[in-house]
Amino acid sequence: MLNPVPIQPNMYRYDEFDAQFVSERVNQFAGQVARRLSGELTEDQFKPLRLMNGLYLQLHAYMLRIAVPYGTLSSKQMRKLAHIARTYDKGFGHFTTRTNMQFHWIKLVDVPKILRELADVEMHCIQTSGNCVRNVTADQFAGATPEEIEDPRPLCEIIRQWSSLHPEFVFLARKFKIAVGATEHDRAALQWHDMAVQVVKNVEGRIGYLVMAGGGMGRTPYVAHVMKEFVEREDILAYLEAVLRVYNQDSRRDNIHKQRIKILINTIGPEEMRRRVEREFQELKAMGTLELPKAELARITAYFAPPAFEALEDAMPSGSAAFENWKKTNVHAHKAPGYAIATISLKAVGQVPGDISADQMDAVANLMDEFSVGEVRVTHEQNLVLPHVRQKDLPAIFARLEALDLATPNSGLITDIIACPGLDYCDLANARSIPIAQNIAKKFADLDRQHHIGELKIKISGCINACGHHHAGHIGILGVDKKGVEFYQLLLGGSGAEDASIGTIMGPGFGEHEIADAVERVVNVYLAERQGSERFLDTYRRIGMEKFKAAAYQDAVAA
Amino acid sequence: MKLIRLNGEVGAFVEDHFAFVTDDAPLPEHPVPGGIMVSLTRFQKDRAALLARNTPIGVKLLAHENPELLGDDVSRLALIALDFPKFRDGRAFSWARLLRTRLGFRGEIRAVGDFLYDQINYQKRVGFDAWEVPAHFTIEQFNRALTEMTNVYQPSTDGRKTIRELRAER
Repeated sequence: MLNPVPIQPNMYRYDEFDAQFVSERVNQFAGQVARRLSGELTEDQFKPLRLMNGLYLQLHAYMLRIAVPYGTLSSKQMRKLAHIARTYDKGFGHFTTRTNMQFHWIKLVDVPKILRELADVEMHCIQTSGNCVRNVTADQFAGATPEEIEDPRPLCEIIRQWSSLHPEFVFLARKFKIAVGATEHDRAALQWHDMAVQVVKNVEGRIGYLVMAGGGMGRTPYVAHVMKEFVEREDILAYLEAVLRVYNQDSRRDNIHKQRIKILINTIGPEEMRRRVEREFQELKAMGTLELPKAELARITAYFAPPAFEALEDAMPSGSAAFENWKKTNVHAHKAPGYAIATISLKAVGQVPGDISADQMDAVANLMDEFSVGEVRVTHEQNLVLPHVRQKDLPAIFARLEALDLATPNSGLITDIIACPGLDYCDLANARSIPIAQNIAKKFADLDRQHHIGELKIKISGCINACGHHHAGHIGILGVDKKGVEFYQLLLGGSGAEDASIGTIMGPGFGEHEIADAVERVVNVYLAERQGSERFLDTYRRIGMEKFKAAAYQDAVAA
Repeated sequence: MKLIRLNGEVGAFVEDHFAFVTDDAPLPEHPVPGGIMVSLTRFQKDRAALLARNTPIGVKLLAHENPELLGDDVSRLALIALDFPKFRDGRAFSWARLLRTRLGFRGEIRAVGDFLYDQINYQKRVGFDAWEVPAHFTIEQFNRALTEMTNVYQPSTDGRKTIRELRAER
């Protein structure tokens, strides 16, 4: 079959300034690589420079992390990622919980070449790692869901530009992650971010922004505090800069584990933090240099204009039992009549969560062009989303996805697991995550059972750094190392949604071969105890840890 | 070490006229040519004597020392040196900006300590105008560091036109 003509979706396009910026940044980084190869830079000096450009040294090779700003990709960009996977890696890539793509088998000398190829399709690796402002993330249903006040992505793009090589904030105490949402129902884990913006309407009906800060995972998990209930549109960059400035000035620098903004805010207290931020904010506002002009907001917003939807009526097609299952979990309501949002699962049983092959990437790019105006979204739960599909095309899309092994009907279910790369790839990990995710997925492979269990979010991290979001899992799993043996702790009751909460550690860890059984026993307690339409999380919140704990350790050899 | 000062948009090697007096050394009895620089601790201890000397005074701030600790004395200083204890410690980027905005400091802001070539352009943007560099460092390197990136997205104390402003002028 011939590839369809690539469709340029309505998303931000580089102008000559953005193009020059990225191209000069590539040259700058190529220079840094050359200085490292010549020995002018020590590895210690090179490290923060390469990290600021998404380059990690991992167990086996360099890992390159490519920014997917607020999770939006065009088909052309997806095909480029497929090309990079084939040419410079082992034919696959991995979507991360920051909605980025990472390649795990990259050679240092190839990196400048890859960066130039990326620049050709308006992509880069700027600030995908290091102690700086990271890739800003957003609700994956942005611009498509009927729930939102407005599309959050124009603000994301404004934040992306403002935070790119910001002279004051590229050597922060630690990494700094920002997310933006515009709905009550939070799909972007806002409260777990260093800073988050929620689009809100005030009592007068004016649109503005609620800003929160101080959320974070890692070894000391915190849910964010509200910093300001309502920031006017034109003041948002001044407010975000004020928060960052207080953080840069006042954060500890003497203990790497106590240098995130969450520690600062919870040490001085949210009230004192608000006071310090307000002082900076008022001064920045008075200076006026960061004021966001209406014309600039309008210019950026225009790029994200809704596509020209056909005049259709809602008519959801019916089909096989498999299709109906998929519809139930992976299809969501769209704001335009006759349209739907379709989630592509990267969590087939036995697959590495978030992994995708080059062939699958190309095939998804074709689906994007044929069915979703050339656009796809990456979710922080490591899946993909076709944001604008006609309801009548859903059976055809499902059939094509099935053939690609991308149609697993498990979005939000127990096998839709978030897992970090773990000890299979990562230098920091204490334990493997991927095989644990695979074992649990196999145990619950039966679809009827998954649907019977309903919404249940399992999140797995291979170490205390919590890249797999275990604190925010309804069931969280944390890999630990005990004298060279991998053990897994269970946490219950976490949430990354609007009802954000920190999971509670159950007790001693389970062995590698026991953890999936322990999860099953915990789920069985839920099924026995649940009332009405309670989710696992609701039942846990009602009855507490005790019964779950008793069952989990029943047959296990506690470590 | 050598000293580079910003002269317009390029750097030039200059004489360092400031002599650093360590905390335990006595203040020179007679005025020295140029001026003297002391730590914040020393400045706070001998403030009256230092300001009475009628010669240029510089203060070297450590990374955790907020320039606001100098109070109104900021305007009486000719030089404030901001120390980078290690290049990863980016607090001085905010201190320089604070000096050039809220505190209205117009004297020399000098980068000292462990900073990298790759940080010079950011330092210039937030308000540094002098750099203490190792002997092998060249003016060509310095000037190249300032020109690797043509345009900027954020306003800062250098008053450069941002990309947004350049767009509006098209």
